[in-house]
Amino acid sequence: MLNTFIGNAGHLSVIVAFVAASVAAYSYYMAARGRALGDTDAAWLRIGRGAFLVHAVAVISVIACLFGIIHGHRYEYYYAWSHSSNHLPVYYMISCFWEGQEGSFLLWIFWHVCLGLILLRASKRWEAPVMTVFAGVQLFLTSMILGVVLGDLKIGSSPFILLRDFMPDLPVWKTNPNFVPEDGTGLNALLQNYWMVIHPPTLFLGFALTLVPFAYAVAGLWKREYTKWVRPAMRWTLWGGLILGVGIMMGAYWAYETLNFGGYWNWDPVENAVYIPWLVLVASLHGLVLWQRSRTALRTSFVLVIATFLLILYATFLTRSGVLGNASVHSFTDLGLSGQLIIYLAAFVVLSIALLVGRWKQIPVSDKELTTYNPELWVFVGATVLCLGAFQVLFTTSIPVYNAFLGFVGIKSNLALPADQIAHYTKFQLWMGVAVAFLSGLAQVMWWQKNDKASLTNTLTVPALLTLLGAALVILLVQYYGHKMEPAYIVLLTTALFGVLANVSMVFTLMRRKVSLSGGGVAHIGIALMLLGILASAGYSNIISQNVSGLLYSREFDQTTNQDNVLLWRNDPAPMGPYDVRYTGQYFDVPGVPGYVDKQLLFRTADEYKALARADIKRGDELYYKAGDTLEILPENTYYRVEYQNRETKEKFVLYPRAQVNEQMGGLLASPDIKQFLDHDIYSHISAVPPIDQEKDWSEVKEHVLSVGDTIVLNDYIAVFRGVGPAHQTAGLGLGKDDLAIQGDFLVYGEKKQYHVHPVFVVRNRLIGRVPDEVEDLGLRLSFLNVDPQQGKFTFGVSTTQKDYIILKAVEKPFINLLWSGTLLMAVGFGMALYKRRRETEATAVTEPAGSARPRPVVPQPRQVA
Amino acid sequence: MKKAHIFVMAIIAVAIAIITSTAGDASVYVSFKEARERAAEGNLTKVHVVGRLPRDGQKNIMGLEYNPTLDPNYFAFTLVDTNRIAQRVVYFNPQPQDFDKSEQVVITGAMRNDIFVADKILLKCPSKYVEKDIKGATAAR
Repeated sequence: MLNTFIGNAGHLSVIVAFVAASVAAYSYYMAARGRALGDTDAAWLRIGRGAFLVHAVAVISVIACLFGIIHGHRYEYYYAWSHSSNHLPVYYMISCFWEGQEGSFLLWIFWHVCLGLILLRASKRWEAPVMTVFAGVQLFLTSMILGVVLGDLKIGSSPFILLRDFMPDLPVWKTNPNFVPEDGTGLNALLQNYWMVIHPPTLFLGFALTLVPFAYAVAGLWKREYTKWVRPAMRWTLWGGLILGVGIMMGAYWAYETLNFGGYWNWDPVENAVYIPWLVLVASLHGLVLWQRSRTALRTSFVLVIATFLLILYATFLTRSGVLGNASVHSFTDLGLSGQLIIYLAAFVVLSIALLVGRWKQIPVSDKELTTYNPELWVFVGATVLCLGAFQVLFTTSIPVYNAFLGFVGIKSNLALPADQIAHYTKFQLWMGVAVAFLSGLAQVMWWQKNDKASLTNTLTVPALLTLLGAALVILLVQYYGHKMEPAYIVLLTTALFGVLANVSMVFTLMRRKVSLSGGGVAHIGIALMLLGILASAGYSNIISQNVSGLLYSREFDQTTNQDNVLLWRNDPAPMGPYDVRYTGQYFDVPGVPGYVDKQLLFRTADEYKALARADIKRGDELYYKAGDTLEILPENTYYRVEYQNRETKEKFVLYPRAQVNEQMGGLLASPDIKQFLDHDIYSHISAVPPIDQEKDWSEVKEHVLSVGDTIVLNDYIAVFRGVGPAHQTAGLGLGKDDLAIQGDFLVYGEKKQYHVHPVFVVRNRLIGRVPDEVEDLGLRLSFLNVDPQQGKFTFGVSTTQKDYIILKAVEKPFINLLWSGTLLMAVGFGMALYKRRRETEATAVTEPAGSARPRPVVPQPRQVA
Repeated sequence: MKKAHIFVMAIIAVAIAIITSTAGDASVYVSFKEARERAAEGNLTKVHVVGRLPRDGQKNIMGLEYNPTLDPNYFAFTLVDTNRIAQRVVYFNPQPQDFDKSEQVVITGAMRNDIFVADKILLKCPSKYVEKDIKGATAAR
């Protein structure tokens, strides 16, 4: 049943949200125009507030409508049809939102609304100018999902478009304009992962948080309040650094766990697009800290805070305009919004830079020259290093943009991204890491004390000595284990160790003074640990699945070829690194049963999502399903059970790398399974399996005429024909009461265990049917061909096929836990810094109650022009 | 000269180093003809080539060679570039599973002897994100 109401309601809400954002932006602008900060036109302010509230309600309503469409499986809508399906659990329905471009814009808009509502209450005298910027941004963002056509001009792409409007050429609309598909095409299988439920909201919250300091900076410039914006901007920048950093690392962890390129970071333009603003954001944070402490670097802070937000916009342009084209694996499809995105980007770039340039001379600077004993100098150098690192990634990532631009002005360019991206980025980013680790250690130590030659030597001696000792020890150990260590790696190791130790020593000193001061120290320890983790896990990742079979196909090039994947025959153990590895079969996920269930225990039915149990399904003593029960399965994923046994310690573990057969994505999507040890991970994924979509190649049927008790050899395995009885597994056959079904009972002795094989012979309505039975482990199929009741002879057909195999790649990643624990520490450090600043604001609230209780007219003070 | 000036000049120097080095590392999209010419000149830097897979009347791809039971790390195929020049390509990795469904293929690598050795394959599948038909849409209900 076609339901246009909910879509119309949603579309109307989008339009209301857009109009309300425009009204709010204009009213707030009028409220603040030509007046000093805190002095606002009350009437315009009221309209602005009201309009923003209307905007907020409309946005919530848009989200409710879209979720209603997805949740109600209303496939008449393109969004639901293309991003969800009937079998999708509710928590993944949330992920459907951000699979599509419109939904992810919506998510971003939603976070802006939340932050806007907080600022409405918390920003006090900053409200009018800050909310002008906010509403202005919302105006642009809502226009992206507006879906309004004016003449030839299409503004935005609505998530509420009907399928028949999206694909008007389908013949079905002519016969049945109210056609509704029965099922959607489903959520991209790779996104069906719990990290994908929380990673995009986190990242977009991080995006949204960068708007707040930007809005404050713009408001400060506009109202000529060049210093007071720093305090509120500082806290929001901390929040942004925390959330965006954690969001990026969540994405990295998702990629590590779900994708099969073999790591957590691939330097894909989409990843870079968020990494760049985060670096600049962290640099801006340091600029703000410098201003708060020693009244310097204010201009730098302005530039960096504004640059952070502009880079977020640029990232949006990169990932959503289709400009990346061939360069990225996972950018969004082009929705034809590039023009709109360019206008959006250009508007904010021009406005904010013009404002900055216009006010530049008025921003106070300090005259004092920094010396080498000033920690401020080193913090400033550190921030510069971060910006240079960001610039490097930005410059390379933008290569497709240069092509597009040159093509636009009529020059044909064939520039491509570097062929070896990892080497290219590592060349620079490694040295950025070195500088960051070293400077964070040095500046952190200097920050909390009075510095001269004696005191500095004094405090640095212990960490420096420990660093050298530790580095020497690690280098010796690395060599002892037979790895080489390049000079660059040695430098990174030493500086990162120094970063950890110097910060640790500082944190210990600070703990005696006041714990809450040590947030910066803790965050820097985290960063240095992350660098160590990256160095170990990426620099020394070791492919253990080297092909040792001795068979080489490649005749042309004998030595230099890659042998990183091994073939594992089912149930045949093969040596791999320190392990003996055995592939033992395919498994499915059955909801309610812990672990995975052997595919051979399941009899698949016409309904993909249902199967019959062929035997009792037990875990320990607990029986989950009896033989013959119908159970639900999740058919998308096949899990390949791989046993690892360490040859020396005899320690065993099992991994289930999975693969999804997915027609829309074209073929097979493999995801790794990871065994985590304290000091390393074993990461392995399927590289290939025998073709799944083709029928298996069975040998010609060989007939055997047997009596009960006979023993025969089948495909090199001994088999005993034990008898014939009434068939048990008839549930799938739909037999009537006059029909007859019997089954043969064979016992086949495989390498590891015995298999019961039950080919079934059916007589239904005087027609003969046969249900063969297959032993996948042995590549064997038996069918019950005929019965000769007079002689007591039975005829069975036997065919064989190639044994099942997988091609596996396994990698050892040493000390990757340092990266994850470093991330956690960094987040904790950010949290501590926020906690400390929360106390600060409270303290100021106590000392200046009037400032927060009601807006006080502020007399603009003439400022010294530097 | 003030320290600040030295600092600014150092930044500019690093930025220029980044730009020139990136320009040196950047690869190019070329045709097989150009890839061969580069190899003949002894230029072994890796290039990008965009091409299509040749198909026979039944839409089957011609010239795929992958036999995992013999060597799982050897995959060879023929690619026809935009100038309709066909070239044998070898990829020392398992065959990407969605390979036969892809319309356009981008490979990175270099010519060695008469063979293009690819170290990266990027597939563009026609239906990767935007579906073109609906299952069951022909059966009007």
